[in-house]
Amino acid sequence: MGSRTPHYDKHVEAGARIVDFGGWDMPLHYGSQKEEHQAVRQNAGVFDVSHMTIVDLCGNRAREFLRFLVANDVAKLKEYGKALYTCMLNEDGGVIDDLIVYYISDTDYRMVVNASTREKDLAWISKHAGAFDVDVVERAELAMIAVQGPRARELAAPCIAAEYRDAAMALRPFFGMDAGDWFIARTGYTGEDGWEIVMPAAAAHGVWDRLLAAGVEPCGLGARDTLRLEAAMNLYGSDMDETISPLEAGLEWTVAWEPADRDFIGRAAIERQRESADRRRFVGLLLEDKGVLRNHQKIVVEGFGEGEITSGGFSPTIGRSIALARVPAGDYDRAQVEVRGKLLNVRIVKTPFVRNGQVRIDV
Amino acid sequence: MSELPGDLLYTNDHEWLRREDDGSVTIGITGHAATSLGDLVYVELPEVGQDVELGGEMAVVESVKAASDVYAPVAGSVAAVNEELADDPEKINADPYGDGWIVRMKIEGLDESELMSPDAYQQLLDELDD
Repeated sequence: MGSRTPHYDKHVEAGARIVDFGGWDMPLHYGSQKEEHQAVRQNAGVFDVSHMTIVDLCGNRAREFLRFLVANDVAKLKEYGKALYTCMLNEDGGVIDDLIVYYISDTDYRMVVNASTREKDLAWISKHAGAFDVDVVERAELAMIAVQGPRARELAAPCIAAEYRDAAMALRPFFGMDAGDWFIARTGYTGEDGWEIVMPAAAAHGVWDRLLAAGVEPCGLGARDTLRLEAAMNLYGSDMDETISPLEAGLEWTVAWEPADRDFIGRAAIERQRESADRRRFVGLLLEDKGVLRNHQKIVVEGFGEGEITSGGFSPTIGRSIALARVPAGDYDRAQVEVRGKLLNVRIVKTPFVRNGQVRIDV
Repeated sequence: MSELPGDLLYTNDHEWLRREDDGSVTIGITGHAATSLGDLVYVELPEVGQDVELGGEMAVVESVKAASDVYAPVAGSVAAVNEELADDPEKINADPYGDGWIVRMKIEGLDESELMSPDAYQQLLDELDD
């Protein structure tokens, strides 16, 4: 038996197929992954993300610490609740994890990191926090859900205490706020509008029941993966890891190069790579032939070399197979993928594939 | 899990066979297999006329989650394939023993000792549930 979130009994009650995910017993789907996927694109779905790791950082030098710890620059955060997506790098520029930081004040930040990387993240953060006198407090006692979809906020709003409801509805994208002992953020991992809501574990069952009664579809890790793939959001461990820099994982936009004198862990290594002409591309692929692209399939680009699919699957919204892939440097827009000994044709497309319910690529 | 059709034979690999009047067999995957795979999104079918060995790769079914080989439970040649699966692979989820059939094979003979009765297959499923 793995670790169980406060929602575990609710998953079983809803008929979930439970799988092991990084040591957690989590729902893969509750019957049909495709229906869950469509519910999020067209209406609203709820995901249990309580397995994710919430870390609060507190100290007079918390801002200085985070400017050193992560590749994006928390100095960009000036408004209460503002969120920042960033990578945490090792000295070689490899990605230890990708995470979100919420700005509470210059001395208080909240981070949400991945579940599967929890131990190494906490060890790494704590190792470096000491020099800055920053307290690192994991909030394992909290539950967290993601309510996602065009109607997610409307359907979830009644679950929020009346005194905070208007403020929550007024949250701008990529902002969060405290709501008593809850934390509500307009963030997600699906390419749709919605909230991620942190709450005491005792509230988890009641909120879950209320959302389902309101018509919000319970969604498992399967739909979470196809939704984030369509949105071209990276998955740690698939699209990047400690051997891959953000520059080869499509995440250069999350690296704050300026100010040039800010020292952050991994900076020297990725600056060297930045100037390298043979840096691999990270691209979106659309399969033009029939079949399904899968992780680790080999990509052949004639005249340029070989690459690999890092996240592949079937897009329920597009009705075709799509993928994220790392491919050789060079200027080209077609490639082939080896599937069961055959070469299938793929086209390189600008991501995201889907955003806010709309297909964003030429099919 | 719904009732297993009583007129079919089953395999350890969660496939079913139906003996047709003309001596051919129709083959598909069981409801258990379809449910385990999840929503099917693509089926790779063999060519009609192709010879298939016992245990050879006969088709590939791909779900939102993964690709899975369908191995030939009998040797023979492919007499027909369910073309409708090309556009609507979810027929396998919706009706695994009917509209979701995959291949029809011409065979020399059927060695039933290698196949399971509905009762034996149900027992296998019950053991998997434990």
